[in-house]
Amino acid sequence: MAFVNMKSKEVQAKIVYYGPGRGGKTTNLEYIYKKFRERIKSDMVSIKTHGDRTLFFDFLPFDIGKIMGYDVKVQLYTVPGQVKYDATRRLVLKGVDGMVFVADSQVEQRKKNILSLKNLQENLAIYKKSIFKIPLVLQYNKRDLENEGIPILPMETLEQDLNSQLKVPSFPASAATGENVVPTMKKIISLTMTSLQSVMK
Amino acid sequence: MGYDDNVSFTDYTLGQDQLERIETVLGEDLIKSGVHNALLIDMAGNIIAKSDNGSCEHDLYSLAALASANFAAVDTMAKIVGEEEFSLLFHKGEKESIHFSKVNNEFLLITIFGKAVSLGLLRLKVAEAVEKINAVW
Ligand SMILES: Nc1nc2c(ncn2[C@@H]2O[C@H](COP(=O)(O)OP(=O)(O)OP(=O)(O)O)[C@@H](O)[C@H]2O)c(=O)[nH]1
Ligand SMILES: [Mg+2]
Repeated sequence: MAFVNMKSKEVQAKIVYYGPGRGGKTTNLEYIYKKFRERIKSDMVSIKTHGDRTLFFDFLPFDIGKIMGYDVKVQLYTVPGQVKYDATRRLVLKGVDGMVFVADSQVEQRKKNILSLKNLQENLAIYKKSIFKIPLVLQYNKRDLENEGIPILPMETLEQDLNSQLKVPSFPASAATGENVVPTMKKIISLTMTSLQSVMK
Repeated sequence: MGYDDNVSFTDYTLGQDQLERIETVLGEDLIKSGVHNALLIDMAGNIIAKSDNGSCEHDLYSLAALASANFAAVDTMAKIVGEEEFSLLFHKGEKESIHFSKVNNEFLLITIFGKAVSLGLLRLKVAEAVEKINAVW
């Protein structure tokens, strides 16, 4: 539910990072915040537990400049990934315009990724949105763990598990090193803006 | 959905004149009564209209995101205990306080005010403003 203000020529769009607990959603936003520190005027807001787990959401407003004459403000959010926080996770999805699904590449997280994606589909349905229609990008995170000898899933397996029906853009990434974090974000912004174009004429 | 001269959303649409009328209400009814900031936001955390007394430097976008989430959380709590809604949403601070008021299913009115405005007066003014904003569409 992007808000397009024709009067002030401003667009506010909401992009939500979703995925299993500890998958690296917050780390994605932290990297973006660090990387674009001089362009992001406000602080990143994180509602979290003492153990640094997201309790409600992280929020990062990002001015991406002018698109088609509009001043575009992208609001990046993360949800809490832990299963028990489903009620708050659902609230964050309200009015979402675009989504990044951050999967954890570790072999032992395989099932959690699949369950979380299914949970996303169910929660979108509550808002009468289809996972097949919303702008969506997949990110296979923690690829760097391979260098530490931790078993990770091959890209093909992740694609088959998560993207065989969706067929959306996907990126191998490491939020820890920053690899492909910005391309993931750019991709979802561009997909989201394309979907909003009819309103921004 | 696309409306040439309008402000468009997926769930609701506001024309430019409607937006101006809302801004007038925020300015005339609330800011002139001593409120520091008045924000009309939607339930997704977008800022629809705003007005302030010119001397506030709050991060309004973060505030809107938190306010909508806070409202949604409290609203869900109400449902869990079997209430339709909790009517008073108010946070009192040392220098400034925040008041939330539901305008309708889509919008919330957030006001930030200092000691010079009593809660009683504020609630009266907010109720009037809500009525006027609801009359806009
Ligand atoms: N090695 C490695 N560690 C990562 C990567 N991304 C995140 N982590 C680590 O994984 C842990 C969890 O990351 P978070 O970003 O907090 O995960 P989250 O998805 O926000 O988790 P919840 O808030 O519980 O949903 C942290 O210790 C991160 O440092 C990565 O790409 N590689
Ligand atoms: Mg997190």
